[in-house]
Amino acid sequence: MRGLLLCLIFIATSALAAIEAYEFDSPEMEANFIKLTKELRCLVCQNQSLADSNAGLAKDLRRQTYEMLTQGKTPDQVVQYMVDRYGDFVLYRPRLKTSTLLLWLGPFVLLLLVLGLVIRHMRGRQKLAPPDAEAMHKAHQLLSDTQEKQ
Amino acid sequence: MRFAIPLSVFILIVGLLAYGLRLDPKNVPSPLIGKPAPAFSLAKLDAPQLYLAKNDLLGQVWVLNVWASWCVSCRAEHEIITRLSALNLAPVIGLNYKDDPDDARRWLQQFGDPYTASIMDADGRVGIDWGVYGVPETFIIDKDGLIKYKHIGPVTHESLETEVLPVLLELTS
Repeated sequence: MRGLLLCLIFIATSALAAIEAYEFDSPEMEANFIKLTKELRCLVCQNQSLADSNAGLAKDLRRQTYEMLTQGKTPDQVVQYMVDRYGDFVLYRPRLKTSTLLLWLGPFVLLLLVLGLVIRHMRGRQKLAPPDAEAMHKAHQLLSDTQEKQ
Repeated sequence: MRFAIPLSVFILIVGLLAYGLRLDPKNVPSPLIGKPAPAFSLAKLDAPQLYLAKNDLLGQVWVLNVWASWCVSCRAEHEIITRLSALNLAPVIGLNYKDDPDDARRWLQQFGDPYTASIMDADGRVGIDWGVYGVPETFIIDKDGLIKYKHIGPVTHESLETEVLPVLLELTS
């Protein structure tokens, strides 16, 4: 029972940790806010998004995001504002450009490479499979000969 | 010979991982380098009725050092900033980031005030504009108001000698 209570305490505090009471003009604005704070990285605790983080900077950047949205800025404008100041690193989903080409295409290149290798391997095995017609014929005769003798 | 391919792949991966380990994840390159310094107008720490704005500093090379009394590394850095300031190469402006003014003034009294002026960014908005995410940070701004250099974390004796001073000397010469 005590263990359970202890668990509940931790659940409650972690759920409350990164939430400020912001009021939104519309459900769309709230959805934009949630989406943005999940996509932007907190630079202090680098493996958390703004939505997850309880760091002072994350709190400030959430406020900045909220204020820009209430001023009528679009989500793209908010993202651009952050990138202008903190660089591409602030984005959890890196943009597609020459420096990130390897990052985006690398997995597919690897996949193609591995597929190629697998296909080559399978073809190699197939080549071994069919013996030549003469040997097949001999084998067939050998079997029918022994059957006749019995 | 059977192992040639797996071995070379293994060596490649080890090489990449070793390289990755040496990189500092805190070292995020600033997109602000070469861009105009963000505008600000903030009250001075020692005279809150007076404001210092970016335009007041145009036409000269200057240093912006982001500090706070709650920041432990700033105390370690304080000695270096004092040295930098004593060289009189450029004004060193302190951006007192998300601090209590009384604490900040006491901090300067206790350890000495190396700053030409300190300005108060109590809610951290100017900090966000400057892309500050870890105190201390140090910027060098040229005569045209462009950011030429950014140092994240405390400036050490070594980085003062090999990075900050060379940039400053080049800009002021």
